[in-house]
Amino acid sequence: MTVALDLRRVGHAYFGQSVLKGIDLSIAPGEVVALVGPSGSGKSTVAQIAAGLTDAREGRVARNYARHAMVFQEPRLLPWATARQNIRFALRRSGLPRREWAARVARAAALAEFDAADLGKYPVELSGGMRQRVAIARALVVEPDFVFFDEPFTALDVALKRRMQDLVIAASREARFAALFITHDVTEAIRIAHRIAVLDLRGRGIAGTRTLPGEPGTREENFCFILRQRYLAEDPLFRHIHDVDERRRP
Amino acid sequence: MTAAFLKDRADRLLHFLWSGWAGVAALALLAAAWQAGHERWGGFILPDPLETLRTAWALALSPDAQAVLWLTGGRALSGFALASAAGVLIGIAAGYAPAVMRLARPLLTVILGVPPIAWIVLAMMWFGTNGTTVAVVILISATPVVFVSAAEAIATRDRGLDDMAEVFGHGLFARFWHVDLRQAAAPLFPALALALGTAFKVAVMAEMLANAGGIGGALARARAMLDVPEALAWVLLAVVALLVVEYGLIRPFQGEVERWRRAAQPWGVKR
Repeated sequence: MTVALDLRRVGHAYFGQSVLKGIDLSIAPGEVVALVGPSGSGKSTVAQIAAGLTDAREGRVARNYARHAMVFQEPRLLPWATARQNIRFALRRSGLPRREWAARVARAAALAEFDAADLGKYPVELSGGMRQRVAIARALVVEPDFVFFDEPFTALDVALKRRMQDLVIAASREARFAALFITHDVTEAIRIAHRIAVLDLRGRGIAGTRTLPGEPGTREENFCFILRQRYLAEDPLFRHIHDVDERRRP
Repeated sequence: MTAAFLKDRADRLLHFLWSGWAGVAALALLAAAWQAGHERWGGFILPDPLETLRTAWALALSPDAQAVLWLTGGRALSGFALASAAGVLIGIAAGYAPAVMRLARPLLTVILGVPPIAWIVLAMMWFGTNGTTVAVVILISATPVVFVSAAEAIATRDRGLDDMAEVFGHGLFARFWHVDLRQAAAPLFPALALALGTAFKVAVMAEMLANAGGIGGALARARAMLDVPEALAWVLLAVVALLVVEYGLIRPFQGEVERWRRAAQPWGVKR
């Protein structure tokens, strides 16, 4: 089986304290995997290592794709650049000829449902949701094979969060990219992913995975709700998702 | 695109010029206080503002005085350029490397603790009474403020933007050029304006003490002749020269680099 991203026995430590150990995770091309886990379990560190932003202290990361992108929890837009320039920023190292940038930016903005009339505005003139749309457009503009989402919608209100999830589902179906979607929201994971991987409470490996029935975007709201309730109430894999006070962790 | 570009610049220029009314009002208040002082203490102690303006205007039109202005202006600018380059370069290095910062901080404390006048005396003994003395004293006096600001700007930059740029394939130099340097610009411009002011002040002081000509030399001559109107006129011309450089060079550059900040201001406050 072809693998887009493969993590083998990955481990990491901060200031001598081990935060991740023995992480094994493979993601196939076009597959969206949601990595869920309690707050402070090391989900974002897994994404950072997988994306190459942090070097793993142990283990191996194999990236078998041509180009990746990332959407962070905060939009991380350049405040001095307009929305158009922010999206274009991702193209600087893409090797795409400059004459094609404008069309590519327009297409990415449309995919992220960002109004073209607002492309000339600075981030400070945009709402939180619009900024996150720009961040998504910036990720999509490079036409990535793999996208890392690091809790991108945590700061948004419920309605906007659902709109953004729909946007990611539509974009992943259209652009056919694989993705690692970090979240602590089980409903979000069920809506967006093909498969859910649950990180161990203390980052000691992937505790288990659940393959979701059907395709993202085709699941009924009621189905997502019932599945979430079942996971949280009956599935031991999800037992510790919400019951950890990270400040008490050693 | 070009029309929008020109419209934006013209818009900002007109807003800037319109904001000059506040400055004119402040200057009018200063002139009123000056006039009151003149009427209280008499023309020998404090000549009236109009007489000073007339003297300054006459000096500005005289080729000899223009040469004096150019000499001081050139010295101040070259010292400022040296101090800015040194401060920015060492400051950026210190911002990235905590070890450099730890080494540089005590040195800065020592340098800042020495009054500029002591540096002038030392530089006069080392380099003689010439332009080099002026440039060296400006370099020593103006570099620390630029250094501290550049170092702090780099050390406290938003590293999240660095990560974002790295994800999209930007290497070390590209991240420095497109992300870190732009972030450092915000605290750097006020420091550069302060360094420019220091450069002019120190240039005049060093010229006066080192007898190296320029506005400082002219002030020393006016003092010897007890010519208060001419002394005040030279002070006025030095201030005007500083303002010309600051508003003709630094502020337009700052306005261009930081034009996004205008967008952040609510309507009605932009002036």
